[in-house]
Amino acid sequence: MVETRSVERLDLHPDETLDLRGVLCPINFVRTKLTLEEMDEGQVLEVVLDDGEPIRNVPRSVKAEGHRILTVRRLEDDGYRLLIRKQVS
Amino acid sequence: MVVSGIEAELAGLKAGLKKEARRVKLNFDDLKSGGFIKQTQKDLFTVRLRCPGGRVTADRLRVAAEIAERYGRGEVHVSVRQSIEVPYVSYEHFEAIAEALRAIDWSVASCGPRVRVPTACAGCAYNPNGLMDTQSVCAEVDRRYFGTPTGHHKFKISFSGCPIDCFRTREMDLGFQGSAEPVLVEDLCTGCELCVRSCEDFALRMEDGLPVRDADRCNGCGDCIKVCPVDAMVEARRGWLVRAGGKHGKHPIFAYEVANYVSNEDVYSLIEMTLEWYRSNGEGRERLGATFGRLGVEKYIDEVIDPLGLEATRNPEDRRKYKSEGNTYG
Repeated sequence: MVETRSVERLDLHPDETLDLRGVLCPINFVRTKLTLEEMDEGQVLEVVLDDGEPIRNVPRSVKAEGHRILTVRRLEDDGYRLLIRKQVS
Repeated sequence: MVVSGIEAELAGLKAGLKKEARRVKLNFDDLKSGGFIKQTQKDLFTVRLRCPGGRVTADRLRVAAEIAERYGRGEVHVSVRQSIEVPYVSYEHFEAIAEALRAIDWSVASCGPRVRVPTACAGCAYNPNGLMDTQSVCAEVDRRYFGTPTGHHKFKISFSGCPIDCFRTREMDLGFQGSAEPVLVEDLCTGCELCVRSCEDFALRMEDGLPVRDADRCNGCGDCIKVCPVDAMVEARRGWLVRAGGKHGKHPIFAYEVANYVSNEDVYSLIEMTLEWYRSNGEGRERLGATFGRLGVEKYIDEVIDPLGLEATRNPEDRRKYKSEGNTYG
């Protein structure tokens, strides 16, 4: 059941993509936030983050801003791919 | 006789002091309760203002600046326990300063064998790491217990909103640190591993697609709860982890964890019971930690933590996870 839920969401096509590998905290979060601000409610943003500090901090801040993290997938190069649905709170 | 000569001299000195005190309208009781700290320089003192939790309104800041300009040297010093101090003030101005403070419902801090001004971080009110509201409890503790005589030595209290412990609760007579216990709602978990990645203490690991927590490693920071995108990791409990008997100074003592998940309401009864226990069990000018050293922290847990119905931390193994390596001299 866990699998189905993830796979279902992985099929979502992102409206925007941000590759934030190599971008430090908190700039990575600020860029995520600014991109989301430009998007419409319900649209999906794809963000690629480094392991370590970025994956510890960015998802938490995105969640605190009221957006929904739909999926988190680990990439082969140790990065992470997040799909975020813009929420207007 | 030599002795009576000295006594006469002392009597003369005391009379002189009293006269001098009347001249500058000095209240010796004000002086004793603290806030005026003798400097190296003759007749000069540092005036320590009462700033619980390091929170100072703009109005009070203006008055502090005015006092510094008029009676000091136009500068303040921020004490290590968050209070504003005005150095280089002559004792002749004490009454004028006390009056200026009274006018805006402010006062000097405490010194001597009393409960000192409590300190606190920003807490959960606006710090994203915060788990507990440090500032409001700190303000209330200051209102209720500031200046209470202990009968033995100083008594320091501090509040840290989370286990990062910026307010060094391990070095306080009583330290309160925010703590949260996470629990997984398995049906909601998508197995994304964000919680595992966010845990700096490696307390979570994946087993059959779900995160499993090692309670011996978990320090209750709540990061896994905050990061979970689907709210599958939630808090079972939240409250204050209580540390007692710590101090810094020439002979530092690392405090003992004595209770956990203590509510805001219980903070007050815990402080009252602890002060009472310290009053009747302390000896001379020893700090609470030294009393524990003589009588054992178990006696304190038996007589204060248990009667209050709090969740006591008794087992040294349960304390080990809060301890880091370092030079502890064995």
